Amino acid sequence: MTGSTKVDGGSVLRFAAHARFRFDETRQAWVVLAPERLLLPDEQAVAVLKLIDGVRDADAIIDQLGREYQAPREVIAGDVLTMLQDLVDKKVLRQ
Amino acid sequence: MIATSTAVEPPLALLAELTHRCPLRCPYCSNPLALERAGTELDTAAWRRVLSEAAALGVLQVHFSGGEPLARRDLASLVAHAAQAGLYGNLITSGIGLDAARMAALAGAGLEHVQLSLQDSDPGQGDRVAGLAGAQAQKYRAAQLVRDAGLPLTVNAVVHRQNLGRLQDMIELALQLGADRLEIAHVQYYGWALKNRAALLPSREQLAQATTLVEAARVRLKGVMVIDYVVPDYYARRPKACMGGWGRRFLNVIPSGTVLPCHAAETLSGMRFPNVGAASLAEIWHNDPAFARFRGTDWMPDPCRGCERREIDWGGCRCQAFALTGDAARTDPACALSPDHELLAAARTETALPAPEFVYRQHSAVVRRASEHVSPAP
Ligand code: SF4
Repeated sequence: MTGSTKVDGGSVLRFAAHARFRFDETRQAWVVLAPERLLLPDEQAVAVLKLIDGVRDADAIIDQLGREYQAPREVIAGDVLTMLQDLVDKKVLRQ
Repeated sequence: MIATSTAVEPPLALLAELTHRCPLRCPYCSNPLALERAGTELDTAAWRRVLSEAAALGVLQVHFSGGEPLARRDLASLVAHAAQAGLYGNLITSGIGLDAARMAALAGAGLEHVQLSLQDSDPGQGDRVAGLAGAQAQKYRAAQLVRDAGLPLTVNAVVHRQNLGRLQDMIELALQLGADRLEIAHVQYYGWALKNRAALLPSREQLAQATTLVEAARVRLKGVMVIDYVVPDYYARRPKACMGGWGRRFLNVIPSGTVLPCHAAETLSGMRFPNVGAASLAEIWHNDPAFARFRGTDWMPDPCRGCERREIDWGGCRCQAFALTGDAARTDPACALSPDHELLAAARTETALPAPEFVYRQHSAVVRRASEHVSPAP
């Protein structure tokens, strides 16, 4: 039952139909609006969310972030996968 | 008064209570004991202005609520106005009065999400608590309409001593109804619910069983249905961060246009709250004395004043402090550090007695008993 919701490096993620990731002019910050959820992601989370496009898989996102922040992939991979799994569990993202 | 160190941040969410009219009469209704009548409701143009002002102030989400918001014929036009202003629109409904045409109009207007209330898994008991025969069946139809419209559905199951024995069934029912999320909310004791506390407050054993059951269901349903769980304050050691702090995250506009920091704030006798007819939401949020009254930490008494949790729970709930102690500026008695914490122990003794009959919500000053006007459960 939980098989399809387990996130790994090959997972391709998109925002759920009624999740909105947008820039809020009042706060000058990115926000995620979803049913019963309102998230104010921090800078690292925003960097991940900006790469969610329904095409790239999690591995590609991790590689991209590694290049941008010049960080070794093993340092960021765990954090990124944990965050993506949490957002899938919250039904903000889906695969 | 000492100036607070941080500037006032914009609110995140607006609860738009469009009307107090409702076909149901739940004995734990969050509306005040003194319900407002249709004639005092803001008109469409006024609500549009409120929604525009909310968006300009920085509000991100609007919850259309009531009463039953479907009782307003202009609901879809208000939803559309909110969506155009960039607000994320959520409908909080009993499902009564939802039909295919209205569902299509709401979805077309840009509604993002529906939260449907559930009184029980047993239809007879559900109708009894709602105070309306046939209510349960209408809820099932409403859930189907929401699914057919492709909108995410949250089932909000309010739980108490009279239905906790069927919690597992309620979870299964929410699954059958196609809910993406289930909110299992223990009754919070203000207004009508406080009046009915002895009929609703669960025992410690009931609460413990429910919590165990919810935790197991969460594991089992991970990725299928999200379960949020709201526990009652009466067994807590520390209070909830009510509304994320007074005047910090949230504002509520009631049917007549009065603006409150939380939906129970009108119970605080002696306080005067502003109205959208006299000031903009921005003026109210930033300058109104009622919004400043319990904002931040300067107002706090001991033991909150020196407590390390003062900016975590903000001293708990002002309305609960007032309801139980008569003084809104005291520490929430739900906190074990509060000198009034024993008041909750007294209330818990009610749970050992047989549940009294419900006092249903109603307009009349004359409060009738349940047996006089509810058809018996089948
Ligand atoms: S003393 Fe006040 S601030 Fe501290 S935990 Fe209790 S309610 Fe919260």
